[in-house]
Amino acid sequence: MTGTRLTSRDFADYLEIVAAWVLAILWISPLLYAIWAAFHSSHHAINFELLSPLTLDNFREAMSQAPFLRYGLNTFILVSMLLTAQLIVCTLAAYAFARFDFRGSEIAFALVLVQLMITPEILIVENYGTLAKLGFVDTITGIGLPYMASAFGIFLLRQTFKSTPKELEEAARLEGCGLFGILFRVYIPLARPTYLAYGLVSISHHWNNFLWPLVITNSVETRPLTVGLGVFGAPESGVDWSIISAATLLSVAPLLIAFLLFQRQFVQSFMYAGIK
Amino acid sequence: MSRANMRHVYGWLLLMPAAILLVAFTHYPTIATIIDSFFSKGNPVRPSRFIGLDNYRLMTDDPIFWKVLANNMWFAIGTIPTSIALAIAMALMVNKALPGRSLVRMAYFTPTILPMIAVANIWLFFYTPDIGLIDQVAGLFGFSGHNWLGDPDTVLPAIIIMTIWKEAGFFMIFYLAALQQIPPELAEAARLEGASRWYYFRRVLFPLLMPTTLFVLINAVLNSFKLVDHLFVLTKGGPDNASNLLLYYIFESAFSYFDTTYAATLTVVLLGLLAFMALAQFFVLDRRVHYR
Repeated sequence: MTGTRLTSRDFADYLEIVAAWVLAILWISPLLYAIWAAFHSSHHAINFELLSPLTLDNFREAMSQAPFLRYGLNTFILVSMLLTAQLIVCTLAAYAFARFDFRGSEIAFALVLVQLMITPEILIVENYGTLAKLGFVDTITGIGLPYMASAFGIFLLRQTFKSTPKELEEAARLEGCGLFGILFRVYIPLARPTYLAYGLVSISHHWNNFLWPLVITNSVETRPLTVGLGVFGAPESGVDWSIISAATLLSVAPLLIAFLLFQRQFVQSFMYAGIK
Repeated sequence: MSRANMRHVYGWLLLMPAAILLVAFTHYPTIATIIDSFFSKGNPVRPSRFIGLDNYRLMTDDPIFWKVLANNMWFAIGTIPTSIALAIAMALMVNKALPGRSLVRMAYFTPTILPMIAVANIWLFFYTPDIGLIDQVAGLFGFSGHNWLGDPDTVLPAIIIMTIWKEAGFFMIFYLAALQQIPPELAEAARLEGASRWYYFRRVLFPLLMPTTLFVLINAVLNSFKLVDHLFVLTKGGPDNASNLLLYYIFESAFSYFDTTYAATLTVVLLGLLAFMALAQFFVLDRRVHYR
């Protein structure tokens, strides 16, 4: 009896392995197809001729039709500027919430958390008006401004700072550290995993963000990759598939390569950020 | 001032940059949106004036508003349960000893790292009539071509399938994290008791994963309201608003029809829905989940 039960379990195990692989192949195939199409002429891509000759023409063509290098630079500036601002603003706010029991801190924290639900993309109409008044329409700073105070970042860092042992702070104070000395010598070094996780989540989110950048930008000098790709890929414009695939790959390549290289860190960061 | 009182000053000073930004781009616009929805749209000749609930009357008489709301509901119903079921299945499979496990996990997770706008570009080709991949495969079996994105009956399902592909892997990692917290002795005990896999999953694993499921559920519902990027590439909300969603309609009202007060009124509905979900999360779900 036990013997048959074991074999049926073994059979189920095999079935599960096969299912896992079939699903994996199914899941990755749209992306693999796009990569394959980008390196083949659109005639071959549409007719699905697997062994047709490779070509880089699609990339050349895509680059000549739209300034993807410039878009890429814009995205890079946006993401690095935004992350720097987020880290500074969120660290200071989280430090306040974690270690200064100031009057009104609970209400203030609740008001911060509102942004977890009401994210800036929902308020595009009013925020556009505000940035127009401030003169930030069609600037990279304008894309970043509404996201610089990130409730998510404040929340994550506050949790981390709160779990830092108070004795370390006392020790640093006895050594003569002031408020910022304690922050830089004790809290920030111990929160490195949180900074890494938040950084990766923020970079992937803003590299991929589309709606707000679309609303606030209207020139080549400010458009990030996603908006450039959205403008490029408009179905009416009649560009062919392989060129669209090449343009799509150009837009996602930096982040995708970073992800493939640091897969473990990415997955763990998303997990860590989700669990907190 | 005494040292103890200084903490109030320091606290507020440290919070100041974040507070200014949050008030400027979250709290102020939220309130301004609500106020705007009670005013008429101003122009150089006639300044905007208070019109009470007129914008809301206009909205409830607007068939597109109801259409868009219904679409949002079907979009959520179509994407969320399937994504969650797939995410659990993926997590269970990847959590076991599996040849090439990291490759399989990477395959599931990769769509998550792509921007929705790129995903839409890739899938646009699959859905193109006649020359698209789906029609070509269907053609092998003798089916004729179909305009998947041009037919009001198939456009929403087509977008739903694409969204599931994009999101399932994202939800998987939260289940994976949860599964790693579950002691392996439980599975061993169930096995010794002769419990079937399905029984073990239904009576042990699934209940233990409940907090994760609710966390994912909230995020998925929020995403279904916030993510409309694909519409810009795939359908522009068409045909005849068959794939239009609330946030995209807000964008259209404000930036295509330049009716900012109507856009504000629609935004109030979206804010209301989000507030309702926030309250549901805090008062109902949180209590039911932490029974452990």
